[in-house]
Amino acid sequence: MPATDVTPATSPSAPHERAEILAEAERQMNICNACRYCEGHCAVFPAMEMRLSFGAGDLAYLANLCHDCRACYQHCQYAPPHEFAVNLPRVLSEVRSLSYEDTAWPRAFGRLYRANGLAVGIITAIVLATFVTGAVVLADPAALWGVNRGVGSFYAVIPHNVMVVLFGAAFGLAMIALGVATVRFWRGMGAGVATSGENIGTGPCVAASARALHDAATLRYLDGGGDGCTYPGEAPSMARRWFHHLTAYGFLLCFAATCVATLYHYGLGIEAPYAVTSVPVVLGILGGIGLIVGPIGLLWLRHVADPVPADPGREGMDAAFIFLLLATSITGLALLALRETAAMGLLLTVHLGIVMGLFVTLPYGKFVHGFLRLAALARYAIEKKRGQAL
Amino acid sequence: MNHNELNGESFDVVVAGGGNAALCAAVTAARAGARVAILEAAPRHMRGGNSRHTRNIRTMHVAPTDVLVEAYAEDEYFDDLMRVTGGVTDERLARMVIAQSGAAVRWLGNQGLRFQPALGGTLSLARTNAHFLGGGKALVNVLYRAAEAAGVRVFYDAPVTGLDIDGSRFQAATVGGSGAAPARIEGRALVVAAGGFEANIDWLREYWGAAADNFLIRGTPYNRGEVLRLLLDADAARIGDPKQCHAVAIDGRAPKFDGGIVTRVDAVPFGIVVNRNAGRFYDEGEDFWPKRYAIWGRLVAAQPDQIGHVIIDAKPVGRFIPPVFPPVMADRIGELATRLGLDPIVLQETVSAFNRSCQPGEFDHNVLDDCRTEGLAPAKTHWARPIDTPPFRAYSLRPGITFTYLGVKVDATARMQMADGHPSDNIFAAGEIMAGNLLGKGYLAGIGMTIGAVFGRIAGREAAARARN
Repeated sequence: MPATDVTPATSPSAPHERAEILAEAERQMNICNACRYCEGHCAVFPAMEMRLSFGAGDLAYLANLCHDCRACYQHCQYAPPHEFAVNLPRVLSEVRSLSYEDTAWPRAFGRLYRANGLAVGIITAIVLATFVTGAVVLADPAALWGVNRGVGSFYAVIPHNVMVVLFGAAFGLAMIALGVATVRFWRGMGAGVATSGENIGTGPCVAASARALHDAATLRYLDGGGDGCTYPGEAPSMARRWFHHLTAYGFLLCFAATCVATLYHYGLGIEAPYAVTSVPVVLGILGGIGLIVGPIGLLWLRHVADPVPADPGREGMDAAFIFLLLATSITGLALLALRETAAMGLLLTVHLGIVMGLFVTLPYGKFVHGFLRLAALARYAIEKKRGQAL
Repeated sequence: MNHNELNGESFDVVVAGGGNAALCAAVTAARAGARVAILEAAPRHMRGGNSRHTRNIRTMHVAPTDVLVEAYAEDEYFDDLMRVTGGVTDERLARMVIAQSGAAVRWLGNQGLRFQPALGGTLSLARTNAHFLGGGKALVNVLYRAAEAAGVRVFYDAPVTGLDIDGSRFQAATVGGSGAAPARIEGRALVVAAGGFEANIDWLREYWGAAADNFLIRGTPYNRGEVLRLLLDADAARIGDPKQCHAVAIDGRAPKFDGGIVTRVDAVPFGIVVNRNAGRFYDEGEDFWPKRYAIWGRLVAAQPDQIGHVIIDAKPVGRFIPPVFPPVMADRIGELATRLGLDPIVLQETVSAFNRSCQPGEFDHNVLDDCRTEGLAPAKTHWARPIDTPPFRAYSLRPGITFTYLGVKVDATARMQMADGHPSDNIFAAGEIMAGNLLGKGYLAGIGMTIGAVFGRIAGREAAARARN
């Protein structure tokens, strides 16, 4: 009898359609569930062992639990070119992309995930061009092109109220879209499993959220089970975990810098630009450095990584987001360095244009992974408490 | 590395094979200062022989460890080995392997291998076996990295096709391989760790007849026994019954080679197993499955056409590890029989007779429960419940050969013995190719890796020392 249910139906290298991706993920999960050698590597496998079948909701859940550490691929006796062709990092990445598309708000914007690198690039370019054009047309040329120092010099280029309205609105909409996506994902994942449909209750929900936050904040599942991911190659390494930490915490420090600055402005009545030794600028410098070293490290790792477990359909999405973060930090630090020169006006405009590009694409790109992964980790914390491997 | 580059080269220690035992030997010899070459028959992605498919190593320990519960004393380990082999073992070598098993496992950990507590479905091994985090391929990867770091030169696609042995002294190996001209590699010592002959169906047929054509080989297709044959032809002392092997019953739809762990079917204790004639042939509830699964390969091999079929109903689904192949399903036993190509009337009668003989009891698959048959031959002594809840499911079984026991005789320094009773001058053996010294028959889960690691390290040490003199 031919082993038709175990060998892949489609060419592993060809681009896959939705139904093919789900069927392929289900096929591979059935192999993994009969093997279980990887169960110490991460949360995906213990979660898998609580299931006997893998519907779309289960797959979305498991795919977002996966941190793409690739230990399961490097340690798989069935990895291609074995005829079973188990390549979980790749197929789960494909399922993750589907889950991003499915949960986008508004729904029509889910399409942006199909060629995400291009979409994010075009949107950012349009936003940036609009900012530069707007500044050139509307701003006082002396403020834009001259040397301006001291209080209010930024706001002479772009008025403070305009900044607040534009960025407040963009950030608010992004948060709403991300919130809706997370709720949609929470509801959609794991449909049809034993633990679904039960009222979880507030207590376990809080505990699970705390657990999920902890696991996400420490990147617990980028440690491969102890020694690090098998990324970029076969030998375990903590490099990706550290570069991701630099990137994520760099981003958070930059965000904190903005929040403190807002507090300074409205709470204390102190206007930008702030001194290099001030809290917002120190936070921004530290964050900016993290947001330069981290993304460059991640790009370098991607460049040298084993291509087989990588999902070629995701390269654009990941690269676009990493480049956008890098552009944000580089222009931000450049602005700080050159804010007392004639370059300030244009640099400020470009920096804000890129930050706006980042904000409007936040809910339609790689940034979403953090939210859906948190939700998946929270669900895992709940399942682990009550569940049992089958 | 292409082996053509090394035609005429000379090494201190040549290692034939590329699995756990070969790597333990190569790393140990290289660390002792020897120039070492590994000749691995498989291409890189298939490297590691059957070690690629393993998941744990049996080890004695006097106290709980981070991954092992309680203790597993030397004497208990030895008693377990005596029980499964019926005493057909070299007691001195067995005690030595057991005594050194703890050190071997620690050594593997020092190379970078990580362990984890017993996997789901293997809880019965939580006390005796240390499980590799990520499985056997993780072990293989760790050891190849250690070998390369120690300066070992590794050649893939490099099967040994000839051995130049002068009397009992190894001179050189001939390496064939894909499309390349044969290369001659000289060595001051040879470690043979190239596995058994289970993937050589023609050789199996010598002992099993046409039945061998229905065997499935669970592991690497590269264990064709070529090195073993060369050694036996050069008058090495043979050990082990050629018909003895580790054989489990696996899904009949598994690929001919390399299907590994996922082709297992753990449903046997929950139902009945019938042969081609739709009749039962053995007590499916004799003992816990992990203790019994290794006998079912031979049981099925003894049935007509070497095929069996596990029949279960809907009740036990979810109580055993889901097999990788979907079951054949039907709402009626007759229909199921037709789909399996069995006589529907006979299977119906077999199931009815079994159902009638099931005694009332309290079903508990975690203990040897009191659900048994009465007046049925053969009896099912535990977990016997009527097969009456549709849909009915069936998994077909074939003998799945893991490895063979025929090998070369060694002494406690891993030195290969010659047929005339003298030791070889400079040939050492480790792993499957000499496991028959300890395993006359039967099997103890995870002891193959123990033998490979302990004898691999001894062979590496001794071969390096021999090369220096």
